[in-house]
Amino acid sequence: MDASIYSAVEVEDLTVAYNSKPVLWDVDLKIPKGELMAIVGPNGAGKSTLIKVLLGLIKPVSGRYSFPDYQNCSLKELKRHIGYVPQSSSVDWDFPATVFDVVLMGTYGKLGWIKRPGKREYELTRSVIEQVGMSQFMDRQISQLSGGQQQRAFLARALAQEADIYFMDEPFAGVDAMTEKAIVVLLKGLKAQGKTVIAVHHDLQTVAEYFDWVTLLNLKIIASGPVDETFTDTNITQAYRGGLLNSKF
Amino acid sequence: MSSGIEIQLIAIIVALSCVLPGVFLVLRRLSMLVESITHTILLGIVLAFLITHDLNSPFLIIGAALVGVLTSWLTELLSKSRLLSHDACTGVVFTLLFSIAVILLSKFASKVHLCTDAVFMGELAFAPLNRLLVSGYDLGPVALYVSGVILLVNLFIVVLFFKELKLATFDPMLASVLGLSPVVMHYLLMTIVSVTAVGSFQSIGSILVIAFMIGPPVTAYLLTDNLKHMILISAGGAILNSILGYHFAHMLDVSLAGSMSCMIGVSFLLVFIFAPQRGMLSMNRRRRRQKLEFAKSTLLFHLYNHEPRVEREQSIARQLNWSAEFSLLVLQILKKEDKLRISADGVRLSPMGYEQLKQDQQAIFNRL
Amino acid sequence: MFDSLYELISNYTYQTVALGSLLLGLISGVIGSFTYLQRQGLLGDGISHSTLPGIAIVFMLWQSKNNALLLIGAAIAGLLAMMFVLNIVKYTRVKFDASLALVLSVFFGLGMVCMTYVQNMPNASQAGLTSFILGQAATMLRSDLYFMLICALIVLSLAMLYWKEFQLFIFDRDFAQSSGYSTSLINGILACMIVMGIIVGLQTVGAILMCAMLISPAAAARQWTDKFPSMVILSALFASISGLIGTSISSLVTQMPTGPSIVIIINSLVIVSMLIAPRRGLIAKVCQRRQNRINFNKKSLENVLGN
Repeated sequence: MDASIYSAVEVEDLTVAYNSKPVLWDVDLKIPKGELMAIVGPNGAGKSTLIKVLLGLIKPVSGRYSFPDYQNCSLKELKRHIGYVPQSSSVDWDFPATVFDVVLMGTYGKLGWIKRPGKREYELTRSVIEQVGMSQFMDRQISQLSGGQQQRAFLARALAQEADIYFMDEPFAGVDAMTEKAIVVLLKGLKAQGKTVIAVHHDLQTVAEYFDWVTLLNLKIIASGPVDETFTDTNITQAYRGGLLNSKF
Repeated sequence: MSSGIEIQLIAIIVALSCVLPGVFLVLRRLSMLVESITHTILLGIVLAFLITHDLNSPFLIIGAALVGVLTSWLTELLSKSRLLSHDACTGVVFTLLFSIAVILLSKFASKVHLCTDAVFMGELAFAPLNRLLVSGYDLGPVALYVSGVILLVNLFIVVLFFKELKLATFDPMLASVLGLSPVVMHYLLMTIVSVTAVGSFQSIGSILVIAFMIGPPVTAYLLTDNLKHMILISAGGAILNSILGYHFAHMLDVSLAGSMSCMIGVSFLLVFIFAPQRGMLSMNRRRRRQKLEFAKSTLLFHLYNHEPRVEREQSIARQLNWSAEFSLLVLQILKKEDKLRISADGVRLSPMGYEQLKQDQQAIFNRL
Repeated sequence: MFDSLYELISNYTYQTVALGSLLLGLISGVIGSFTYLQRQGLLGDGISHSTLPGIAIVFMLWQSKNNALLLIGAAIAGLLAMMFVLNIVKYTRVKFDASLALVLSVFFGLGMVCMTYVQNMPNASQAGLTSFILGQAATMLRSDLYFMLICALIVLSLAMLYWKEFQLFIFDRDFAQSSGYSTSLINGILACMIVMGIIVGLQTVGAILMCAMLISPAAAARQWTDKFPSMVILSALFASISGLIGTSISSLVTQMPTGPSIVIIINSLVIVSMLIAPRRGLIAKVCQRRQNRINFNKKSLENVLGN
C-alpha cells in the first residue's frame, strides 16, 4: 500500500469471531482519508462486521484499529466525529417518530447526556432534511415512507451527526433509481467537503461509477486500493469464489 | 391406599397430563399464550359454575375449554389487525377476560364454595377427601379419576396425532402443503391445554399449572434433540419432581403444589448448570477451549501473514491487542506442540506449524 | 345522584384509593410506553408474579408488615427473576417466552411455599395470597400515598431527564451506542424503573393485573399519535383516568374489586382506540379503502367518458 496516503482509519491484525467461527481473519487495512470507499464481498464475508467493529459495537478477538486524526481523543470525543447509517432492516419502523424526529436523533451524539436539542439542532435538522430532498415528508411517520425515503431519512440522520468519517451499511439496499442517484450526488458532496465515506456495497456494476476506492473482502482482505487498479476481474473472482488459500499452499 | 400415596398418585397423573401438551408448547414458542390461557379459563369455570352450581360438573371443563380456545382466537384476531405488537395482544386479552372472571366471582360466587384462593392455589392435600362412592363402595378419590381421564385423553391425542403435531411444530409450511392444517393442530393443542388446566386447577391451582406444563419440557430441551426422548425425559422429570416435592412439602408442612414447582425449578437449575452439552459449565468450558484453539490459529496465521518479517515474542501481544499473560500462554502451548520455534531474534513457524495452519485455513475457508 | 357522588368524593377511603390509582396510572402509563415499544410488555407480568417470594421471605425473617421492607424484598426478587430470565436465554437455546414462563411460575411456587410456611408459624397474621394476586386497594393508607408520590416523582423526573436517551435507545440501539451513549446504563435505568412501577402497582391492582397497567395504556395511546412524547403523555393520561374511573365504579357498586374494574376500563379503551382512532383505527381504514375505491371508479369513469 502506498505509504504516502494519509489514512482516516488503520486496522491491524484484526480478527473477529462469533463462537470461534471467524468472521474476519487477520485483517490489515488502511482507509484513505477523504475518499469514497466501497467494501465489496459475498454474503457472510464480514462486511457489516468490519463496520461494526470500527464503530465499537463488536469487540474483536484480537488486533487493533485506530483513527490517526483523533489519536489523542477520548472514546467519547472520537465518536462525535463518526457518522453511521445502519441497515434499514435493523430498526422498528412502527416506532412513533416522524422523519424530523429520526433525523434529530443524529444531533444527540454531540449533545451528550441530558442536554436537550435547541434551536441550532432544529435548524441543522431542517437543513439536512432539505439536502436529501425530504422536506415535504418531514412530519410523516416513518412507517409510511417508501424504502428509498426511509434510506434518505437515515442518511439525513447521519448528516446531522456532522461527522468526518461516515460508515454506511448498504445505503443502496431497497432504494429506487431516483434515490440511488440522489445518494450518489450526496456522497460526492461529502467527498468534496473532505469527508471520508466507507460503505458496504452489493452491486458490482456500479462500484466503479460511485466509488474511488474499493476493498474486496472475504474473511480477509483480498485487495484494497483505488478502483481502477484494484477492481479487477482476478480480484473479484478471488473474492467471490472463496478459494482463497494462498498460492504457497 | 393411604392418603399420602393417593396424593402422590394424583400429582403424578396431573404432572404427566401437563407435560404431554407442554413439550409442543415449548417447541412452538407458545409458553406465554399458555400462561394467558391458564388464567382466562377461570372465566369459563366461573360461568359454568354460576349455571350449574357444582364444582365437579363436566360443564366446568367444557366452559374452560371454550374460553381457552376463545383466548387463543382473540389474541390472533388482535394480532392480525397489526395495530398492536404480539405480546401486547396476549396481555390485553388475558387481563381483560381474567378481570371479568374475578368480578363475576366476587359479585356472584362469594357466598358459595368457589373462593378465589382455591382457584389460584388449589389444594392437593384435600383431594383425597372427595371420594367416589358407587352404591356404598369407596372407589378412591374423585380427583384421581378426573385427572386419569384427562391423562388418557391427552395420551390418546398425542399418540394419534404425533406425526401431525410434529410436522406442524417444526415445519408449518410443509404441514399445510400436505393438507395437515396447522391451524387445526393449533386449536386442538389449545383445547387440550385448557382441559388439562381446568382438570388440574383444583389440585395444583391455575398459576402453577404453567410450571408443570413448561418446566419439565424446558429441562428436557436442554438434554436432548429428539422429540420422543424429550417427551420421555419430561415425563420422568415430572414424576420425580412430584414425588420429591411431596416429601419436601411434608417435611416442612408447606404448600404441596408450591413445593413441587420448586422442585421443577431446582431440577431445571441443576440441568442448566451441569447438562453435558448445553449446560452452563460445559458451555463455558467449551467456549474457553474454543477461544484458546482459535487464538492458536490466529497467532499462527498472524506470523505467517507477516512473513518474511520475524516477530519478536514481546511485540506479539501488542500487535494482537492481547494481554501479556494470554499471549505468553498461547505461545507456550504452541511451542510445546512444536508448532513454533522461539529463538533470540523472534518467533518462527515450524514445519508442523505450517501443516497446522494449512489444516486450519482449509477448515475455515471451506465452510464458506 | 349528586348526593351519592358528593358522599363518595368526601369519603376518606375513596379519596386515598382514588389518589393512589391516579398516581399508579401516571407511573405505569409512562413506564408502560417504554416497555411497550421495546416489546417487553409480558416481562412485566413475569416480574410481578416473581415478587411474591421476596415479600414472603421478608415477612418470614422479620415478621414485619412494614411496607417499605416488604417492597424492598419484592424489588430484589423481581430483579433476580429478570436476571434469571435473561441469563437462561443468553446461555441456553431456551427461548424468551419459555424462560419467562418457567421463572415466573417457579418463583411463584417458591413464594407459595414461603407463604404457607409463614402461616404455620406462631403469631403470624395471615398475609393473604389473594390480596397479592388481586391487590387490595381498599386497605391503602395515607402513608402508602406518600410512597407512591415519591415513586411517581422519581419516575417522572427520570423520564423527563433521559427522554432523549430512552427514545434513541429504544428506536435504534446500535446507533445509540455508536453515538457514544452507554446502552447498558440506559437499559439499567429502564429496568429499575420497571421494577419500581410494578412494586407500586402490587398493592392497588395486584400481581396479575399489573401486566395490563404496563401494556394497555401505551397500546391505546399508540393508536392516537405518531409522536413519542405525546404517546408517553397520552398513555399516562389514559392510565390515570382509567384508574380514577375504575376506583369510582368499584366504590359505587357493591362487591366490585378495584383492580379488575380499572383493568376492564383501560382494556376497553384499547379496543375503542383500535376502532375509532383517526388514520390508524380500523374504521378509519375501512373508510379510507372505500374512498380509494370511489376515487378509482370516478377516474376510470372519467377516462371512459373522456375517450
